[in-house]
Amino acid sequence: MVSNRNLASRPEDRVTATLIPGDGVGPELVASVEEVFKAAAVPMDFEVYFMSEVHSALSSPVRSVVDSITRNGICLKGILTTPSFSASGEADTLNIRMRIALDLYANVVKVASIPGVKSRHTDVDLVVIREQTEGEYSCLEHESVPGIVESLKVVTGRKSLRIAKFAFDYATKHGRKKVTAVHKANIMKLGDGLFLRCCEEISVLYPEIEFEQMIVDNACMQMVSKPQQFDVLVMPNLYGNIIINIAAGLVGGAGLVAGEGYSQDCAVFEPGARHAYNEVAGKNVANPSAMLLCAANMLDHASLSHHGEMIRKAVQDVLGAGKVKTRDLGGYATTRQFTAAVVQNLVH
Amino acid sequence: SSEVRTVTLIPGDGIGPEIAASVQKIFAAVEAPIAWDPVDVSPVKNPDGTMGIPQAAIDSVNRHKIGLKSPLMTPVGKGFRSLNLALRKEFNLYANVRPCKSIEGFKTLYDDVDVVTIRENTEGEYSGIEHEIVDGVVQSIKLITEKASRRVADYAFKYAKENGRQKVTAVHKANIMRMSDGLFLKCCRDAAEQHPEVKFEERYLDTVCLNMVQDPGQYDVLVMPNLYGDILSDLCAGLIGGLGLTPSGNIGLGGAIFEAVHGTAPDIAGKDLANPTALLLSSVMMLRYMDLYDHAAKIETACFEVIKEGKSITGDLGGSAKCSEFTNEIIKKIEAM
Amino acid sequence: KLKSSNIPLAKYGGRHTVTMLPGDGIGPEMMGYVKEVFRYAGAPVDFETVQLDPTTDDYHDLVNAISSVKRNGCAIKGNIETKLNRPDIKSRNVEMRNELDLFVNRVHCKSHPGVKTRHEDIDIVLMRQNTEGEYAMLEHENVPGVVESLKIVTEPHCERLCRYAFDWARENGRKKVTLIHKANIMKVTDGLFLEVSKRVAKDYPDIEHQQMIIDNCCMQLVSNPWQFDVMVLTNLYGTIVSNLVCGLIGGPGVISGSNIGPRYAIFEPATRNTGSKLIGKNRANPCAMLNAGADLLNHLGLKYHSDIIKSAVDNTVNVDKIHTDDLGGSATSMDVVQNVINHVKMAAK
Repeated sequence: MVSNRNLASRPEDRVTATLIPGDGVGPELVASVEEVFKAAAVPMDFEVYFMSEVHSALSSPVRSVVDSITRNGICLKGILTTPSFSASGEADTLNIRMRIALDLYANVVKVASIPGVKSRHTDVDLVVIREQTEGEYSCLEHESVPGIVESLKVVTGRKSLRIAKFAFDYATKHGRKKVTAVHKANIMKLGDGLFLRCCEEISVLYPEIEFEQMIVDNACMQMVSKPQQFDVLVMPNLYGNIIINIAAGLVGGAGLVAGEGYSQDCAVFEPGARHAYNEVAGKNVANPSAMLLCAANMLDHASLSHHGEMIRKAVQDVLGAGKVKTRDLGGYATTRQFTAAVVQNLVH
Repeated sequence: SSEVRTVTLIPGDGIGPEIAASVQKIFAAVEAPIAWDPVDVSPVKNPDGTMGIPQAAIDSVNRHKIGLKSPLMTPVGKGFRSLNLALRKEFNLYANVRPCKSIEGFKTLYDDVDVVTIRENTEGEYSGIEHEIVDGVVQSIKLITEKASRRVADYAFKYAKENGRQKVTAVHKANIMRMSDGLFLKCCRDAAEQHPEVKFEERYLDTVCLNMVQDPGQYDVLVMPNLYGDILSDLCAGLIGGLGLTPSGNIGLGGAIFEAVHGTAPDIAGKDLANPTALLLSSVMMLRYMDLYDHAAKIETACFEVIKEGKSITGDLGGSAKCSEFTNEIIKKIEAM
Repeated sequence: KLKSSNIPLAKYGGRHTVTMLPGDGIGPEMMGYVKEVFRYAGAPVDFETVQLDPTTDDYHDLVNAISSVKRNGCAIKGNIETKLNRPDIKSRNVEMRNELDLFVNRVHCKSHPGVKTRHEDIDIVLMRQNTEGEYAMLEHENVPGVVESLKIVTEPHCERLCRYAFDWARENGRKKVTLIHKANIMKVTDGLFLEVSKRVAKDYPDIEHQQMIIDNCCMQLVSNPWQFDVMVLTNLYGTIVSNLVCGLIGGPGVISGSNIGPRYAIFEPATRNTGSKLIGKNRANPCAMLNAGADLLNHLGLKYHSDIIKSAVDNTVNVDKIHTDDLGGSATSMDVVQNVINHVKMAAK
């Protein structure tokens, strides 16, 4: 537990990070990251762990992956496919087990319109912060009598307080002006009510930041009609899943939006909208932007912001020039061609 | 189907009566074989002391099995259950149907939307079962039953067939909620087997959200549990320009109620400024539900044409026409047909 | 309602957010150096900078600064001037300590072998009462020409100060705790302080306990400072003694102080001077603020980074002897910082 601080933050030394390629196009995207890292001379080494629920026999045990992340403090992760049935008979997915074991409670996805990427909405610039260790994803389900299933949503004051605090701290640190709590407390008066109350209590500590609340269905409607009104949004698990995907769609899709998960001691960087794209796996057509931006954010976090900034700028330049476009952006470039373009745009 | 059928009309509050009158005028112009039975649903005190819908209103819907409802104001204060909720309960309105179609002439960022959301309306996350286990830990129960899931899944396929739709998409999160959403999904698969002529697909909720804001054209009819439906139906309404243009129908065991889901807009009430489109399109849904397809088509065409021409449209659509002018323009179109 | 202990501190993914209050005078300059050195040491710390306007009489800024510390748990601070010399305007430094309940100010004064002074090998830790005593700011004019200033001493506050001092002494292998008072004159207030300290001392038989009257203490300090180990002082005596001891070991430029409470902590240079004369001259000694930064890192559990900076400063002052004016040298602030960075870079390799 002591060592992660040293490793995550020594600029002159080589830093080690855990790497989970994930399912679907994950391995291709990781190859792209490795190529760019090499070209940018990033002083970082990876401990690679294969993890998968669809190829469970090949998967590393959750325990050893968790140990590695705890040791390194940082992790870059592709997306794991979660089948609708459970091979092991357990209710919780690999993702959830990992999040719980690491207590990775905050998921942050910054969504901003990207110059050069055509989308219907412009000037979107918002941050979605999602609680991801409880709520609807508590994985407590049972069939009371045949044909009747109950699924429990658990909301705790402690976890609601800390995610609210996280959101306000994030807003403060990044010079944001407003935090919007998204909820459905008009129907779920106790559960979402508790969440909302915690947000209100924390907001008192932040006199400089405006606080408002919005019901989730209205928030979705506002999101597609006037997303510019939002700044930082904080919400429970399921709503976060929904809003993050809407937001990613607004600015050009899952291939472009990076995300990050935080516990107190470690950070996991993975694409914001979690889609494994199994259907195009191995076809060399996926957009590596989201993964590269995740990697850049990881470098910032590990006090390697010089390299992080270099890679981020290169990705933005390639997207902005609009010459090399992968299929999701309406072009014909392959993953490798896009990666090569990013490498060419690296300014040392 | 030329015999006259009676429909219960709930004129509602705020701008409700104006837009209801507009719909009645248009129905008269199209000579729909409909008689109206207007009822008041202002809450009254029941014998047991609780506040509720007047028995006369309940009887009316029970008699006619069909209702059209303008927006209602939910009285604030203790003891008032939301009237919408009361109606839902009273008539077992299990499916909420909302067609969202881009309206030509009203520019939004999305001009290729034509989806129908069908939402399970009686259980799921809104079952209202919540309790605090220990201090600071609250549990809320999402309830999924086979009966209710099957019912709404069947309705989705039936709706698709009757309305000439090609595809039904089940929206779920069974990769996380494997049992509850799993059960819902299974019922949808079963229903799909019963209706092989309609295409069926399954999509994760988050995928649908992502795709919906990028390319809504890939979806047709969507069926889903309560909360997801609540969220997605409003999202789709947002795509086409808001709740003022979105019709809605509630299908139940004891009858069906079609309604405009926007607010009562008390600030413009009585000023002849309201836009009756949502209620009018809801009434079009109602006509189709009653198999009065010709009348429905006439009203719908006329309404869309008037908006497309853009000469006599109301303020919310960027015009300056009054509600009555808009209504008369529609009637003119109908008479010219 | 929220209990403050329920609020988690701002630490995410191993990175801390810390409040930075640059204050006035040379404060902002010094903070720039701290950031620079932290960057080279790779300290996983991000600063939330809060500026206070010394000329205003509204408390908005101050409330903002205090809530920032409450959110983040700790802060690094320059000295904040209160320019308005009106009786109704309270010192913001004092106000902040009271609001955050930072009941002890701890200053470790140790001779620097590289700095020439009359006395060598001084090693004294001062534990100064920080939230009551003479600094209660309760003053009033009874009748024209007659003013009263209240000195407040409370038993619980005395007790936790003494216990903190003894605990710290025990944990850090110190042998003796000396209580400084003036109970011969202020029999009730300082008397209480003295009595409580004697009672607490009984729980720490392994540590020697001594009392000394403040005026004698000052005389002893200049003649035989080596007799002192840990000293416990009231608020006013604390400010006198800390300035005196800092003078003995070569000025205030190198020594840092920690303000500690049950939940929050603020780190600053030991003698709270704004040094306004040195603004922008590139002459001020940055070592005190850098040491305060190292104290902060240690407080956050980042011992590795703390040690790198501490020893880099130590090497600069005592081995390389890069001294600014106050230590009798002619180096600029930048020279010192650059030398510290060189050491940090080497250590972080």
